Amino acid sequence: MSLMPVVLWTDGLVFLLLALIGAFVLYASRHEHMRAPWRRVVRSRVGVATIVVLGFYVVVGLLDTVHFRLALDRQGDDSAETRYSPEVLSLLDLALSGLRERQEKTYSAPFATHLFVKEAIEQPDGTLLRDYPRLEYGGAHLEDPARQRGFDIAWRAAWGALQGLVIWALLTAGILWLIARSRGETPAATRATVLAGRTRIPWRTALATLGIMLVLSAVAGELALKYHILGTDKVGEDVFYQTLKSIRTGLLIGTLTTLVMLPAAVLLGIMAGYFRGWVDDVIQYLYTTLNSIPGVLLIAAAILLLQVYMSNNADDFASLVERADLRLLFLVLILGVTSWTGLCRLLRGEALKLREVDYVQASTALGVGHFTLIGRHILPNVMHIVLITLVLDFSGLVLAEAVLSYINIGVDPTMNSWGNMINSARLELARDPVVWWSLTAAFVFMFALVLAANLFADVVRDAFDPRLKGAR
Amino acid sequence: MSSDVLLEVTGLTTLLGDTVRPVRVVDGIDLEIRRGETFVLLGESGCGKSMTALSLMRLLPPSGRVAAGAVRLDGTDLLRLTEAEMRQVRGGRMAMIFQEPQTSLNPVMSAGDQIAEAVRVHEGGSRDRTPARVVELMRAVGIPDPARRVDEYPHQLSGGMKQRIMIAMALAGDPQLLIADEPTTALDVTIQAQVLRLLKDLQAKTGMAVLLITHDLGVVAETADRLAVMYAGQILETATTDAFFAAPAHPYSRKLMESLPGADKRSARLAVIPGRVPHLDQAFVGCRFAERCYAVMPRCRDQAPVWRDLETGQGVRCHLWGQAGGQPEGLTRGVADAVAAPETALEGASDPEAAAASMLQVRDLKVHFPIHDGVFRRVVGQVRAVDGLTFDLTPGRTLALVGESGCGKTTAGKGILQLTTPTGGSIRYRGDELVGLGHRRMRLFRKDLQIIFQDPYAAMNPRMLVGDLIGEGLQALGIERSRAGRMRRVAELLDLVGMDSDAVDRYPHEFSGGQRQRICIARALAVEPKLIVCDEPTSALDVSVQAQILNLLKDLQDRLGLAYLFITHDISVVAYLAHEVAVMYLGRVVERGRVDEILDDPHHPYTRALLSAVPVIDRDKRRSVIRLEGDMPSPSNPPSGCYFHPRCPDAVAACALSYPEETHLSTTRLVHCLRV
Amino acid sequence: MTAYIIRRLIYAIPILIGVNLITFVLFFVVNAPDDMARMHLGEKRVTEEAIQTWKQEHGYDRPLLYNPDASGLGRFTETIFFEKSIRLFVFDFGSSDNGRDIGYDISQRMWPSLAIAIPVLLVGLSFNISYALFIVFFRATYVDIGSVVLLVAMMSISGLFYIIGGQFLLGKLFHLVPISGYDTGVEAWKFLILPVIVGVIGGIGAGTRWYRTLFLEEISKDYVRTARAKGLSERRVLFRHVLQNALIPILTGVVVVLPLLFMGSLISESFFGIPGLGSYTIDAINSQDFAIVRSMVFLGAVLYIVGLILTDISYTLVDPRVRLQP
Repeated sequence: MSLMPVVLWTDGLVFLLLALIGAFVLYASRHEHMRAPWRRVVRSRVGVATIVVLGFYVVVGLLDTVHFRLALDRQGDDSAETRYSPEVLSLLDLALSGLRERQEKTYSAPFATHLFVKEAIEQPDGTLLRDYPRLEYGGAHLEDPARQRGFDIAWRAAWGALQGLVIWALLTAGILWLIARSRGETPAATRATVLAGRTRIPWRTALATLGIMLVLSAVAGELALKYHILGTDKVGEDVFYQTLKSIRTGLLIGTLTTLVMLPAAVLLGIMAGYFRGWVDDVIQYLYTTLNSIPGVLLIAAAILLLQVYMSNNADDFASLVERADLRLLFLVLILGVTSWTGLCRLLRGEALKLREVDYVQASTALGVGHFTLIGRHILPNVMHIVLITLVLDFSGLVLAEAVLSYINIGVDPTMNSWGNMINSARLELARDPVVWWSLTAAFVFMFALVLAANLFADVVRDAFDPRLKGAR
Repeated sequence: MSSDVLLEVTGLTTLLGDTVRPVRVVDGIDLEIRRGETFVLLGESGCGKSMTALSLMRLLPPSGRVAAGAVRLDGTDLLRLTEAEMRQVRGGRMAMIFQEPQTSLNPVMSAGDQIAEAVRVHEGGSRDRTPARVVELMRAVGIPDPARRVDEYPHQLSGGMKQRIMIAMALAGDPQLLIADEPTTALDVTIQAQVLRLLKDLQAKTGMAVLLITHDLGVVAETADRLAVMYAGQILETATTDAFFAAPAHPYSRKLMESLPGADKRSARLAVIPGRVPHLDQAFVGCRFAERCYAVMPRCRDQAPVWRDLETGQGVRCHLWGQAGGQPEGLTRGVADAVAAPETALEGASDPEAAAASMLQVRDLKVHFPIHDGVFRRVVGQVRAVDGLTFDLTPGRTLALVGESGCGKTTAGKGILQLTTPTGGSIRYRGDELVGLGHRRMRLFRKDLQIIFQDPYAAMNPRMLVGDLIGEGLQALGIERSRAGRMRRVAELLDLVGMDSDAVDRYPHEFSGGQRQRICIARALAVEPKLIVCDEPTSALDVSVQAQILNLLKDLQDRLGLAYLFITHDISVVAYLAHEVAVMYLGRVVERGRVDEILDDPHHPYTRALLSAVPVIDRDKRRSVIRLEGDMPSPSNPPSGCYFHPRCPDAVAACALSYPEETHLSTTRLVHCLRV
Repeated sequence: MTAYIIRRLIYAIPILIGVNLITFVLFFVVNAPDDMARMHLGEKRVTEEAIQTWKQEHGYDRPLLYNPDASGLGRFTETIFFEKSIRLFVFDFGSSDNGRDIGYDISQRMWPSLAIAIPVLLVGLSFNISYALFIVFFRATYVDIGSVVLLVAMMSISGLFYIIGGQFLLGKLFHLVPISGYDTGVEAWKFLILPVIVGVIGGIGAGTRWYRTLFLEEISKDYVRTARAKGLSERRVLFRHVLQNALIPILTGVVVVLPLLFMGSLISESFFGIPGLGSYTIDAINSQDFAIVRSMVFLGAVLYIVGLILTDISYTLVDPRVRLQP
């Protein structure tokens, strides 16, 4: 199968982010002062549990970040040139192509076998009957849904759970073997210590979380083969698929925004605090001015502009996906502009303090130049603040996305995001009976991500700077 | 109860931290405090003396708990009281004051309210009387104009005043026992003298007992009736003060005393205690001091010494006293060490020629910080941190810049190195003017002028390896461009300051305070300076460690011919190390001269008051304390005329008119005072 | 203090000019006056003349930032930027695209906004402080641990869900209050209850957790130990000493948002159909009415700066240590 890789703007940034994280890990592993706090993070039970949960989200997000276009079937066309489909897909789309393609007509409830609304159905005898028609895909394999469905679901869930447990058992055995090898014990002894929870890194918690996540995923995966486990939306799209696709959007907004604003915040903040004088005045003026514009309005204005620009230059965008991607990038940029001031002010204060600290004075007395001094003494000593801000901001940004999309100044309406899901679903709350599944799906997935991120942020903050406890 | 024992502590054991590996900060302590006496708990930092006090008050931090023992105050076992009953004892029969008066008072509550609170808790009487009682208490602790001070907030009071408020609060419940945890450590000597005097007077008046916790042997000698020496969570020795200073029974006590600097030890090295205090999260087999003891015997390491009461009335925990009665011979070995130390006295001390060729001439140095005010932030005043400082420094000699906190001595040191920009005056280094040099042109002189800071914990970037820290100057000034060459040089420097060269690849936090200060010295020495500004380099260290650093500084001076500008408030260090002394008051030098001249025969009234306030161990050398009224004025608004005249016991009307010119008493000596 | 306030007000001028410049650039760089005219005239066959007339009528017939034809200061004053901004400084907001007076609209719509924002602030503040005190009183027990878990979970829920959930539960399921809408006068209360409840609940997670850490920070300070050493009861230590000190950051944190209460809440007002400034702004964003958005940006900036000044002043009132040093 031939395919053409497509690197969207945000994909590029994600790869850049990954490269930076890789470099950071390399740097941190060589410096004890960075290694020690991370060790504290992985030694906390909450820390490892949230890492596992976040890991699942990250894997889904990354799968959804590798984009390409599939080659079209050459239908009798013998021209040498391969032609590619205009549709940009990701690895995740490919993996979930079943979910993506099994589109119903309109709403259907989770695990439903019939549509949510009545339609005129032509009976075999030619009469028209208004009833709930069978779904095209959901539970289509059942002959008598009313009787078979419960058993079928239970059986498939059990089968899925079993698959999950097997995968988990294999992974656990591998991990235990690795631990045993590094500790120089027999695997049985290691298993006993892990089970008793006596390892430095709380492997028991980590493996238990991994087990729960794997079983849940496997059950969902198995059931999703035959059912719409979270129902379908207005146009009949599978909600489970939408929620999974929304993960990338949430993660991107949470991480790329910080990545974008980091250079400005760090550079300006440290410069303002270190050089003081007019440099400080200019930078302070800059961030006070930006800060005094209500953030939502600035974002609104910028997004409005982008819309105007895009409608004026509609021809520049090859596909809807690229257009939506550019809007996401722009949103990330403008969110960055509104959110760098907090970190900048924090770093300015820290740099002001650090420049008076004895070791900086000693360096000055040794004739070290300004920029060497900043790079060697100030920057490494504010890195923990940067890191803490980074993880603390993440969950706030994920939540912000939902709100912004709700007022139509978030991501492109064609893009899958929790905000868009909520936005389109809330109108349906007025229906009777209520269409609740889109909202619930978005709620559960968002809540799990934000909760894990919040808990993880707390652990990171306490590990890196116990003094900063409750800095927000 | 007719017994004269007020507080009886038996087997007190306090744990800190988690249950898996708790730290035994207090490990089986027995104490007896008698009515009306002053009992001192003496020990260096981390020995558990503060935790003992907090255990008595049951005010331990959340992670702390008393694991065993009994605390009987007049027969009541405090550890068995309910929390509500204990509250009656706290501030009532037993009160406590703390080390840091700055942080120990509620910043948003007026001084009077805070005292009134204590009064109300412990005096059931009518509420109307409370204000009167507050004023009475404030008067009792010597606060001038108490009726006005009642409404002042802690930040408006000086450190000494705050400590007096603390004492007033403690007195509110008429305590039988006052626990004072390093009550004067954060204060200047003149203020310390006031507060110690106050405690003595109050004790005489009320008959309360005082449990004083301190690390300062001078304070012990001047205040204590009896004392206990604490080390690593245990008491090593108890004695009456006289017996203790006459003949300390434990090797640790002995070394502690010998490591004190002073004029009489100028020609000798100070005794040091090698190693560091052991961690208290381990189970000890032998004597806890064995690793650092000069008189260690094989059985010290595998058998814990038991408590022994000596016939002198002392008690000691040491195997040396186990064999037979009388003075054990191993004990005196330490003294011999000190005497046998190499003679490192500087002949230069009495050499008049050395004074001639000065390398650094500071003339009328001023460092002012502007005060802005008004709509356009115009400069409306100046904080005159350094206000006309003049002195000379000769190669290979030490000039001590002495003064109390806020006198501008640290700012002066930084001003000389251009770390703070001077606003006036002249600094000539070997003829070259330093004032007004920019960042770039000053670099030429960075090699020759270096600095060592007070706090060795803040003086090193925690994110850098020791090797890089020491090599930083070599790299920055382009002295040694190759990394290999730098590391070679770093190894030499580490050796020079008495450290292993494997320190190169370690981080600062792995070292103790004394080791860190050695690394800081190595860093300064890396660029081969001619002059080092030592900004209180030992004041954050324990006495025994301080001795190591002072020895090192002295050795280095001899070997490398360094000149030191030694900034300090500690007179005993001055006496030990300095050749010349300049005494600062409010940004100016009031008296300058050779060290023996100044210390033995001070002329300026401030110098005299300062010296008289220093606690002295030797009873014969004690001078009667000259009490200074009030506190040092603000450097933003110095008094007219002589800056010292409002507090000066000898002031006359003329003192208020103009600042006195310098009076030369001899070729080496000058003083700014009209009355001399 | 007067000198300080005057100086801060003078400093506010360049900031407001900067704010205006940013919004101005944002709006006009991509969306030139010609485009605006075309959009508003709406017809496909717009003549050049019509555009010119529209621009003249709405005051967009001058250069944007710099007028080379004028002389002296006029080069800067006879521009769209100057003329449109200078009026804002005297709070003359002009008229919106559909011809309504923005200043009048704002003065009308800020009351419903305040009617929600003030109760949310007051009820939320008192609830959060009480709850935080309660947690701190039982610190390091299961009450503490359980509460913290609850608070983090509450923090992790998007505000949208609080609104949707509130409407669904109280409005739709139990029919206790109307789901949305507004009434003038005293009758407004039943429309206000739901938004206020939702606003308070939505703020509990972050608010209480923040106050809890403030209290815990104070509790570990030396003066608390002194207070205990006096023999004070734990309750008195907490309410007299700890609360008094922790209230300083709490109150000043409230003061900074006080002026911004006028701006209303974007989300909840539009959800609940409250005719306040929040929904006004949202409507303007959705209908792309730049005049209103610009006015709101300016108003927001002014209120933010007022908030900063008020914060500094409130520090001097509640903290005896702080004296304003201009």
